[in-house]
Formats: sequence, structure tokens, C-alpha cells
Amino acid sequence: MATLTRTRPPSGPLGRTANGAERAIAPVVLGIIVVGIWQLLAGTGLVEAYLLPSPAAIVDEIVEFWPSMVSAAGITGLNALVGLVAGSLLGIAAALVASTSRPFDGMLAPIVAALAVIPIVALAPVLNTMFGADSQTGRQLIASLAAFVPVFITTARGLRQTQPVHRELMTSFAATRWQVMRTITLPTAVPYTFTGIRLASSLAVISALVAEYFGGPRGGLGGLISSSAASSAYPRAWAYVVAAIALGLAFYLITLALERWVSRRR
Amino acid sequence: MSNAVTVTGVDKVFDSGAGQVVALTEVALDVAPGEFVSLIGPSGCGKSTLLRLIADLESPTNGTVEVFGTSAHQARLDQRYGIAFQQAGLLPWRTVAANIALPLELSGMPKSDVRARVDELIALVGLGDFGDRFPDQLSGGMQQRVAIARALAKKPQLLLMDEPFGALDEMTREYLQTELLRIAAETGAAVVFVTHSIPEAVYLSDRVVVMSPRPGRIAEVVPMSLGSTGSRADDLREDGSFFEMITAVREALHGGGVAAAPRGVENR
Repeated sequence: MATLTRTRPPSGPLGRTANGAERAIAPVVLGIIVVGIWQLLAGTGLVEAYLLPSPAAIVDEIVEFWPSMVSAAGITGLNALVGLVAGSLLGIAAALVASTSRPFDGMLAPIVAALAVIPIVALAPVLNTMFGADSQTGRQLIASLAAFVPVFITTARGLRQTQPVHRELMTSFAATRWQVMRTITLPTAVPYTFTGIRLASSLAVISALVAEYFGGPRGGLGGLISSSAASSAYPRAWAYVVAAIALGLAFYLITLALERWVSRRR
Repeated sequence: MSNAVTVTGVDKVFDSGAGQVVALTEVALDVAPGEFVSLIGPSGCGKSTLLRLIADLESPTNGTVEVFGTSAHQARLDQRYGIAFQQAGLLPWRTVAANIALPLELSGMPKSDVRARVDELIALVGLGDFGDRFPDQLSGGMQQRVAIARALAKKPQLLLMDEPFGALDEMTREYLQTELLRIAAETGAAVVFVTHSIPEAVYLSDRVVVMSPRPGRIAEVVPMSLGSTGSRADDLREDGSFFEMITAVREALHGGGVAAAPRGVENR
């Protein structure tokens, strides 16, 4: 069944069949058209340059500030990565505890529900004060809190997805609790966990970035967006926004690839 | 040598939200070593429950279940039986070979021994070139053969099967029935086989245990006088004696169920 769906090419909206290249080209073409219209609008002066700088101006800034953008993306990216890894590990650990102990499950569930509704970035000023103005720790903590929630929720769910027939088989094999965990429960949960990590990757980048708006050391993408905007360098602010989008995309695509990979071969 | 299975005076009562449900009442059954016994009956007659009691997946409310002279519980811990369900229940992330190896790995068998045993089992169920495939690359019938190989991994002398061919098409089903008889004869294992299908029960069994519902009980045990199970082949399906046995089982089923079951009750 799976091989059938894999080999059948998806059919296009007009009944044509589109291959992989065509599917990739379509959104690129749309993007080029949109940017072209944007450039035209900005060129005619219909839209003021400070409201919406032209794509050409933004590209100029990207070229000019390339080294600074790379280092800024490195700083923000590292904060997001540390947060993503720490938050994911914590989320997995907490989900494992919750799945093996009912009282812990009862204790953790409301805490996570509370965490999920708190705008975690709002903690940034508090954490900046706690860890000092020259520390990235607060931002990494924010990113890890943001990453924790989806990883915990998806892992906790995945740990409950073992099929009854698999559990009964393990009973018939007289398997120990640990053997059941290792051979059935964990492999069943792994794709769920990686879905959580994919969702968490975007949240980690956004949180690390936005946390920079609330003070702390400069040099990250968020800090440079806000300082560029504050000094009326709008094309440069937009250039950093582009870099932030690229960073978020990179996190998303890498975790998506990871998810696909583990789902195929657990 | 003790019986493969000895069920004595077993009742099984489930506590459900709406009160107690009597799944089985006063069930007694012996299965000899190497014997093929089918359990047949309408839904709710407790045939699967009886199988699960033998497998120690449930415990009887009253009575005892013994497997090879020990309690069902001890027999499960000692891996004296192999089991297969209607769903093959293969682990999708493991290859065919790794699925068959699972019970061997769990009992700590050395890797080289596992590989040799898995090769034997793959040959036994006729899956020669498919050891490296994943379950989703196999047909339902092939998946079920993997499940049977896995059930046989630890050379049990008792095979418990809960409608293993229930989800397969008729052709595959008949083919696997003959395969199962060959495998059972080769391994010498006793088989307790739950099914809905009268021809399937007749074709496979030394004895067919006809059960009736509300409360679940054994209505009648019909011996199949069709020769040894190991020598049966597809031509039996067109033989007069085969149809006679089908009729006998069908009458036992309806005789027990329709007319408020006086006969079934008195038979015990």
C-alpha cells in the first residue's frame, strides 16, 4: 500500500501530473512575482521607503552587513539550539516519568498546561535581571521552556500509543517491564517525539530571537533588528528579519528531515 | 506425558460497568500433545476468552488451567506456548527477521544462535527471500506467516491461535491452512485454534469444540474422523467425509444455540 502511494505521482490541479521539480518551481515562481511587484511598488514611490523598503535596498544591506548577519545568526542560533536540545531532553525525561508514574502524571499535566499558556517570552526581562546583563543564559532558558512544552506533550502521547496486540505479545513472551519499554513503548513513541521537536524548533528560534528585544547582550539577530529599527535603518532591520527567517527555516527543515528519517527507520 | 492443556471447572466472570458478565461457565477441556483442537462458536461464546485463559492473558474466576502439567502462569513464564492473533502484530520498525528474532532476543539467546534459528524459521514458513523486508512491504498472508514463525521461535509444543486467518482472503486462507497443518506436523506442536469458520475448523482439527453463548460454555465436542491432520491436503475439501463433518459441526452449533440449548447443557 505504502509503495503504491509512493510511486504514484501526485496529479496537478489541471489533471496534469507534476513531478518533484515542478512542485518546487511553482512556489519559487510565485515568490519571484511577489518580490517583483513589491520592487515595482517601492520604486514608484506609492509606498514610502520607511514603511516598506524595496527588495533591492534590503539585498544591498544583506550584502553589506553579511559578516555581521552571519555572526548574529550564529549567536541567536546557538541560543535556540541550546534551548531546543535542553528543552527536548527535559520534555522527553518528564514524559517518561509521567508515563511510568500516575501521581507524577497528575502533577506534571497541570504544570505543563500552565507553561503552555504563559507567554514565556514575557519572562525575558525577569530572567535577564536574574542572570545578569551580559549572559545568554536567560535567553537559552526561555528557548528551552518554549521547546519543552510540545516535546513533552507529543512524547507523553506517543508513549501511550502502544498497540494492545503488541503489549499482549510481550506478555506472552514473559518480557520484563524494561524489555517492554525498550522494544515496544519507546520505538512507538519516537516519531511522536520528533514531531514535537520539529514544532519546538520554530518556537525555540522565535523565543531566542524575541527574548533579545528585552535587553541583555547585543549581537544577536533580535537585538540587531530592534537597534536597526530604532536608528531608522529600515532596510537593515528588514535584512536582519530575512536572516531570522532563514535561521528559523534552517531549524525547521533540519528537524523535519530528522523526523522523516526516524519515522522511516526507528 | 501430561496433557498439553487441561482446563478444569473454569468460570470466567468479567466485571463491567453495567455489572457482571459471565464469559465462561464450567468449562472443561483436555488437549493431548500434538493434537489440533479448534474452538468454534458465535460471537460472545467465550472462545477467545478460553484461549486467553490458556495463554495466561486472563485469569480464571474459578477452576484451574494447566499447560503441560504446570499452571498456565508458570507455562507462560517458561514460554511453553507460542501465540498468534488475528492481527499479525508485527513491529513495523523491525525487519521480518528481526520480528521473528524478538522472543529469542528477549530471552537472551546469543546472537549467532538467534540468526541460525531465524533462518530455520524463515525456511519453515516459506519466506525465503523476505528476511530483510519490513512488514508494510508484505501481504497480509505473508505477515501472518511471519507471526506464526515468531510464535514457533522458541520451539513451543503448544501453539495458541486466535482467528489468525480471519482477515485474509479465501484463497490465501486455504493455502495457509494446509501450510499450518504441515508446520504443526513438522514441529509436533499441539494447536488450540479459535475460528468462526466451520470448514476451517473441520479441515484443520482432530476435534472441534463447539461453544455456545450466554453464558459461554462448551456445547459439544465433535471428533473429526478425517485421518491424521498432517496427511490432509486440499483434495479433502471436496471429499464426502469432509462435508459430513461440516454438517456434524453445523448441527452441533445450531442444536446448541437455537432451541434454548437443552442438549448442550445436558452434555456436560
